[in-house]
Amino acid sequence: MSGYGVVLFYTTSSALRAEKALVESGVEVKLIPTPRQFSSDCGLALRFPWQDRARVEELLAMLGLQLGGIHPL
Amino acid sequence: MRCRGGTAHRGVSATADQVIYLDHAATSWPKPASVVAAMAGYLERAGGNPGRSGHRLSVAAGRIVYGVREQVAAFFGVPDPLRVIFTPNATHAINIVLRGLLQPGDHVVTTGMEHNAVMRPLRALERKGVALSVVPCAPDGTLEPDLVALAIRPETKLVVLCHGSNVVGTIAPVAEVAALAHSQGALVLLDAAQTAGAVPLDMGRLGVDFLAFTGHKSLMGPPGTGGLVLSPSVDPGQIEPLVAGGTGSRSEWQEQPEDLPDKLESGTPNGVGIAGLGAGIAWVQERGIEELQAHEQELCRELLEGLSSIPGVRLYGPMDPAQRLAVVSFTVEGRTVSELGLRLDEEHGVLCRVGLHCAPAAHSTIGTFPQGTVRFAPGPMVSLSQIREAVAAVAEVVRS
Repeated sequence: MSGYGVVLFYTTSSALRAEKALVESGVEVKLIPTPRQFSSDCGLALRFPWQDRARVEELLAMLGLQLGGIHPL
Repeated sequence: MRCRGGTAHRGVSATADQVIYLDHAATSWPKPASVVAAMAGYLERAGGNPGRSGHRLSVAAGRIVYGVREQVAAFFGVPDPLRVIFTPNATHAINIVLRGLLQPGDHVVTTGMEHNAVMRPLRALERKGVALSVVPCAPDGTLEPDLVALAIRPETKLVVLCHGSNVVGTIAPVAEVAALAHSQGALVLLDAAQTAGAVPLDMGRLGVDFLAFTGHKSLMGPPGTGGLVLSPSVDPGQIEPLVAGGTGSRSEWQEQPEDLPDKLESGTPNGVGIAGLGAGIAWVQERGIEELQAHEQELCRELLEGLSSIPGVRLYGPMDPAQRLAVVSFTVEGRTVSELGLRLDEEHGVLCRVGLHCAPAAHSTIGTFPQGTVRFAPGPMVSLSQIREAVAAVAEVVRS
């Protein structure tokens, strides 16, 4: 376990929208290339501290974005 | 008057103090310095392909494009930035809706003041079995909402209309038309090519389902930018994409994804242009759209008063500057518009557009088809004294 989790998205625009909202809420996130073990997508994923999972899920639900999944790294 | 004439400027570029640029309805010029700087900055510091890779230059480009998506959504009063689709121009955005939504057997309603960006795809669809009704407008371009209501049938899928005429500046009663269309189950597409950035525009308040805009006119961005905005209530599932291809998302699929904006936005976007568009929108917001509108109304009033006092000049469109955009069309008795345009440019440095303005239907409505009109369309960088010079130039050309 790296201590990080990753959120997968279906569009880059969704990932960028989520990044902005999470940064504004004080969550330490980083956009990374989508890890191959989770998806063959060529897009971006959002890495976050796994301990913030509940908050991240809550904030993303408020945005109403369609997610490709949330996984521990 | 100060002479801007002579042949030296023909065939070469000009600076803003050498000409009086009255062709803002075609494209705004000069652009704010911040637009140029944003475009240079994008190429110098963020030149990756937005949404295609995960490295820092791609992410930097993606953030710029996404940031402008947010700006556009906020500018038109739409809560979800993912419902902003970037396109090369308003024409492309209009085609996405018309060709993607309408099927043979459907009925579509439009008006007698449309640009060919609307009329040509509609005529093509008509040949494929889409029924078309064109609601006539008054000779000053005014649209009567009740006539739209009469044209709507049970099978009417869409009403498409221009917000502000590119020929005479007449503003359509969009909110009334949208309410009538919705009460009979039809969707509404608004062609905001001339109004986006020129008048306050809120999709929710107007009640339109689709808004097509261009970036290079009153939004002060570069050519090659524009977009389609979908209202929160409209179902994107009913639109077949005009173009399919790579989106940087769901790359394992050979089918086009349904997610917005990707469904309607295939291929590498014009990131550098979009960066410039963002700076243009910021410039408009900084200046204040009400202030910009008041400035253009002042210029419009001066044009209407000045031109109407010249013998032989005939003006078209509403005479009240508050009821229109600063897009002023006129003809001169006994003169061709092409001669007037050439002499205004060569002898006075007044740059305008003459002819049919890609809108033969609108010119038929106002009674100037096929000869066309001379169109003066000032913008935010044009001063009142320049308008007076332009009016004096018309008077001089008409005299001699």
